[in-house]
Amino acid sequence: MNTDTNTGFGIRIEGLRKRYGESDAAVDALKEVNMTVAPGEVVGLIGPSGSGKTTLLKCLGAVIEPTAGRMTLGDEVIYDQGWKSADLRALRRDRIGFVFQAPYLIPFLDVTDNVALLPMLAGQPNVQARQRALELLQALDVQHRAKAQPSQLSGGEQQRVAIARALANQPPVILADEPTAPLDSERAMAVMRILNRMAQQYRTAIIVVTHDEKIIPTFRRIYQIRDGRTYEEAGQGIEP
Amino acid sequence: MISLAGRDILHAWPRFVLTGMGLGLLIGVTLTMAGVYRGMVDDARALLRNSGADIWVVQKDTQGPYAESSSIHDDIYRSILGQPGVAKAANVTYLTMQVRHGESDVRAMVVGFEPGQPGEPPFLVAGRQANRSHYEAVADVKTGFALGETIRIRRHDYVVVGMTQRMVSSGGDPMVFIPLKDAQEAQFLKDNEAIRNDRARTAANPALNRPAVPGLLEAIQASQSSNHNVNAVLVQVQAGQSPAVVAEPIRRWLHLQTYTQVEMEEILVAKLIATSAKQIGMFLVILAIVSAAVVAFIIYTMTLGKIREIAVLKLIGTRNRTIASMILQQAMGLGLIGFVVGKIAATIWAPIFPKYVLLEPGDAVRGFVLVLVICALASTLAIRAALRVDPATAIGG
Repeated sequence: MNTDTNTGFGIRIEGLRKRYGESDAAVDALKEVNMTVAPGEVVGLIGPSGSGKTTLLKCLGAVIEPTAGRMTLGDEVIYDQGWKSADLRALRRDRIGFVFQAPYLIPFLDVTDNVALLPMLAGQPNVQARQRALELLQALDVQHRAKAQPSQLSGGEQQRVAIARALANQPPVILADEPTAPLDSERAMAVMRILNRMAQQYRTAIIVVTHDEKIIPTFRRIYQIRDGRTYEEAGQGIEP
Repeated sequence: MISLAGRDILHAWPRFVLTGMGLGLLIGVTLTMAGVYRGMVDDARALLRNSGADIWVVQKDTQGPYAESSSIHDDIYRSILGQPGVAKAANVTYLTMQVRHGESDVRAMVVGFEPGQPGEPPFLVAGRQANRSHYEAVADVKTGFALGETIRIRRHDYVVVGMTQRMVSSGGDPMVFIPLKDAQEAQFLKDNEAIRNDRARTAANPALNRPAVPGLLEAIQASQSSNHNVNAVLVQVQAGQSPAVVAEPIRRWLHLQTYTQVEMEEILVAKLIATSAKQIGMFLVILAIVSAAVVAFIIYTMTLGKIREIAVLKLIGTRNRTIASMILQQAMGLGLIGFVVGKIAATIWAPIFPKYVLLEPGDAVRGFVLVLVICALASTLAIRAALRVDPATAIGG
């Protein structure tokens, strides 16, 4: 099985801040966020509604620009008082994987092409991209649905394909936004095992934003976000 | 890189094809409208071509006999025959009227002609030419008459002895050819009641019925009930002669108006059907706008239905160019399907139209290019909406 060799940090966030609006109308969504996630590690990011989880996810995903702080992805500083890359789209495509609450697979592409799309967008030849997709589908045990349309898959299968898509370009970090929310306990635990296995297999740092009480014990480390600040806690962890 | 547009079309092809067919019917109507205009122009040209004339001699200061009424004496043709360069000259009359066909009417242009002269139908598809002096007719197949049937024109019946084809007026009405004398009578003579009424009025007029002038009343009444006018004289010039040169002395010395083929075509195409052409042009513009609006609406709606997918595509790093290209290709695909359906539909229904619809390949090519341009322009609205999608919406919150 192909494994990635990400070294150093998966992701490191130092003093990250995000302010919406200006002067009297200004709102500090993130006041002081510090996080470090090693390659192969899965951490939980939990917090009540309005605590800044989504804002942090958008900052980490290079979708919105932080107000201050520093972010390092792998061995590359991507933000330090400003984005270091002019092409954030390429940054997201090549360096960050996304798993959403709903799988959001592209309905008009089959399972293989949903996963192969990212390498293709990055310029890989179709044959090579599909080969990579099939490897990931095999690793996630959905290779038998490679030619199926997303609408023909179960919820759990769709989520596994979404994870495969997030891993397609071998990113140093994957951001998972409530990936177990629509699943029952058994399937939610299965997804968490898969995420842990994939993190270790591909040396990818995974941040899981969740409200889901049943999966919180599966994290070895948890970042609690309250009032725009992060607090690190220890968890139990789960065997992949 | 795979074709996202192609995959999306294949994924939802029934909806796409049905939408394309709907658009296609609209495009079919547009192509047909262009065909109607082309048909009118071709009808006008066929009228001139089939008349067999090089020069039309008509009443002075008129643009007759097709665009305006024209009345000249039927003996003028003798003077014209004496002009240098003239090979043949023959009287003709034209009268558009309702012709009885069984229990219904047929709108037709009744042409009075002299056998073997310009104005005679140039070819027949069945039967023979009307070579008797009276009560025979040659009809265009579009009149619906058949050989041996009887046509009622005014007070007389005519037996159809020959059938011709593509002999229509500039307005597209099929022609019925009858002998000149009969046509003059049909056009100029009044019914019996009107003649009796006119005679009584003349007799009651002391200026026209003078006791001291015997025979005056009879002479006036005879002139009132007979007619020696025609609408035009058709002239064929001798081989090697220029119609413009031959026409000049006729115009100058005989005080008549003359038109060559080129001038008559200018009258028919540029003047007679100009208003209809503008009318059709307006329809074409409106149909083009409606087509653009329909394509824009369809593509915009289809794009709005994929907003979440577009947000995901943008979030995972798809370039704007790729997304815009996907929407543009879909619009083009829709236009392509629409054009093919429209062309097929227009080809199928064109022969059913009562008037001639001429679908020219050049118009089809121009229509195809126009459809693609319209689709490209119409897709800009959807592209704009797609490019404004915030990738952050894929994350939620």
